[in-house]
Amino acid sequence: MGDWLVPALLTIITASTPLVFAAVGEVVVEKSGVLNLGIEGMMIVGAISAFAVGVTTGSATLAIFAGAIGGAAVAFIFGFLTLNLLANQVAAGLALTIFGLGFSALLGHGFVGKTFPGLPKLEIPIISEIPFIGPLLFGHDILVYGSVIIVISTTYMLNKTRVGLLIRAVGENHDAAHSIGYSVNKIRMACVLFGGAMAGLGGAYLSLAYTPLWVEGMTSGRGWIALALVVFASWKAWRAFLGAYLFGGITIIQLHAQGFGVEIAPEFLSMLPYLATIVVLVLISRDSSRAKLNAPACLGRSFHEAG
Amino acid sequence: MTGQIPRLELEGISKAYPGVVANENVSLKIMPGEIHALLGENGAGKSTLVKFIYGVQTADSGSFKWEGQEFAVANPSMARKLGIGMVFQHFSLFDALSVEENIAIGISPELAGDNLGRQIRDVSRQYGLPLDPDRFVHTLSVGERQRIEVVRCLLQNPKLLIMDEPTSVLTPQEVAELFKTLRRLSEEGVSILYISHKLQEIKDLCHVATIMRMGRVVDSCIPSEESPLSMAEMMMGANLVSPEKPEKSVHGGPHLVVKNLSLQSDHQHGVDLKNINLEVCKGEVVGIAGIAGNGQIEVMEILTGEVLVEDPNSVLIGEICVGCEGPKFRRNAGLGFVPEERLGHGAVPEMSLWENAFLSGFQTMCLVSRGFIDVQESIKYALSIVSKFNVKTPGIKHAANSLSGGNLQKFIFGREILQNPEVIVALQPTWGVDAGSAAFIRQSLMDLAAKGAAVLVISQDLQELFEVSDRIAVIYEGTVSSPRPAEDITVEEIGLLMAGISSEVELGLTADA
Repeated sequence: MGDWLVPALLTIITASTPLVFAAVGEVVVEKSGVLNLGIEGMMIVGAISAFAVGVTTGSATLAIFAGAIGGAAVAFIFGFLTLNLLANQVAAGLALTIFGLGFSALLGHGFVGKTFPGLPKLEIPIISEIPFIGPLLFGHDILVYGSVIIVISTTYMLNKTRVGLLIRAVGENHDAAHSIGYSVNKIRMACVLFGGAMAGLGGAYLSLAYTPLWVEGMTSGRGWIALALVVFASWKAWRAFLGAYLFGGITIIQLHAQGFGVEIAPEFLSMLPYLATIVVLVLISRDSSRAKLNAPACLGRSFHEAG
Repeated sequence: MTGQIPRLELEGISKAYPGVVANENVSLKIMPGEIHALLGENGAGKSTLVKFIYGVQTADSGSFKWEGQEFAVANPSMARKLGIGMVFQHFSLFDALSVEENIAIGISPELAGDNLGRQIRDVSRQYGLPLDPDRFVHTLSVGERQRIEVVRCLLQNPKLLIMDEPTSVLTPQEVAELFKTLRRLSEEGVSILYISHKLQEIKDLCHVATIMRMGRVVDSCIPSEESPLSMAEMMMGANLVSPEKPEKSVHGGPHLVVKNLSLQSDHQHGVDLKNINLEVCKGEVVGIAGIAGNGQIEVMEILTGEVLVEDPNSVLIGEICVGCEGPKFRRNAGLGFVPEERLGHGAVPEMSLWENAFLSGFQTMCLVSRGFIDVQESIKYALSIVSKFNVKTPGIKHAANSLSGGNLQKFIFGREILQNPEVIVALQPTWGVDAGSAAFIRQSLMDLAAKGAAVLVISQDLQELFEVSDRIAVIYEGTVSSPRPAEDITVEEIGLLMAGISSEVELGLTADA
């Protein structure tokens, strides 16, 4: 059984990791009360930044950093527009996606057709040779482990630390947080930058490890799935992790089903993840009181200091 | 207290916003252990001054001396370090967080250690402010929420406690409890800056009062030596004409009737209404007292038709069953209404006054001809509201949100009253309205009743209800008590009903009978 199951599971992990990064980043952003619809744009800029730096320097480490910085830089534009200039968050987020797709195509013009060797696997001797479990749990690249660490530390940070409390407070009632004496927009900007860096890492994983080459528009809607995952996870990082693996799984099953020659139109299967997103969103919003209780009360609302 | 160093001394504080001078050369001195009242109408500059003391805002000029030393308080955490604590009027609480988290966020990180929960229990027991640190704020009553704010301040061992309109949301009994705590703090040497426009409370509690008007300190007094009326006159700078109940010319049968009405609220933290029965007769004013969040908004929505009920017979205007009809139908049936929120509910903030007048009056005032807006008539209508109701505005083409609260509320009342409603329902009619406008609004409600309309006033302000109402009922957790003549019910009884203690009142009733 191991001869096809293990590779299948491994591909699920690689397909899910970009979603984990992007979704966990967005959880933090939305917890602070900001709705950033530009995940797709931040991911793709992260992807090209990482790929360009990786190909040019040959260093995987630099490439990963470049991905995070690229995502954060685009997020900064969004943060400046919505937090400092009080632009509408929905409009600014959509614009960010469109901008990111176009800008990355421009940056990536000279990189089409080039390849990157991929991220080195961190194989731990002996235990990574244990059949089945070994290759599944050990022997991944640094970003896969990083995504798990990010989920755990974000969950801890949001729920157990003062910083997390501040983020939740700002997202819950920005007027109160301001009158107590916290700088609402600084906290939000930090979260937006974090979210951007995470989306950038998600993008970097795509262009460095998942398919180590540059294709225009290669995020192909993953940013939107990550966005849906945040609601699906009712703004909890660990649930976003589970959700990401669920969606990653659906994507891969779709591919494998095609490989096994299942008599279903491939178009239908490639539609599945998006269909699942819609179904999940409908199911979640059915119980409106529950969704409201979990949602940050100030989500999407600009904070105007003089008010 | 002479010879002592004042705890806080402000001198020559000025602050201007674009177009408004909020504070002009304000000076204030607070001694240790003193309960100092800051008195003034809305917009007199009290909040601006307090925001400056607490470091939320900076002043344009002036000096701030704390225990004799000059300071510049740049932000609230610095104010807290000095020993200034503040209880906000609109609580600075977070519904989705627990009591403990809410407190942790408002105090310095060093204090918010692991044993915060125990500290909260200790302090709350010590001062008689029971609180459970693990409860979530949205499950708490308003009185309990205020306790969170007070405990949050007390944990930091404050030397100066600022309280901004602390009693506006409390029952008379809760107020008494709060005053006990405040007096005890004062005995321990804590100074208290008490902001309110409830004059009787200030007379009972405060040692000294500073009176502000139009951004300036205009007077100061020893409240215990003054009468509420004399303080009100200092506050307004004019003689206050209190509303008079006009002679009743008509007194007809029930005109607004609610029968056996129950409804589940679909608001997130809403209140379900349970078996409400209410009759308002022609020519009378019925008041409903109660602490906010006990179903007032839900009752209002059912009366205006924003929320429909299943049984059309459960709401009647005159003979017409309107339970299943929307606001438009009800207006035609003779209903006028003034919701709680002026901006956004009572009026469209960005639209001009005449447009707002049109929106509610277009049917009854015939402001539409052949499907088009009759601009001439609408403007005439708006102008007549402005002149008859004394609305101070640069013009009726200005947006509703350019008016002060009192003036906009007068405009909204005028709009409804000029449509000659047979029934009018008002929720918190004078909330956040200056004393002059409030008196005017109360008077016009009573005049309307004298002309034969049925008037229902839902309010938290007991003084107001006693002033205008013929009969008073109390709403508590979605049930409305049966109204009793205003002459026969006392503030204490209402207070108990507002706190949900009805048995004692009933006992008292039978004893009276």
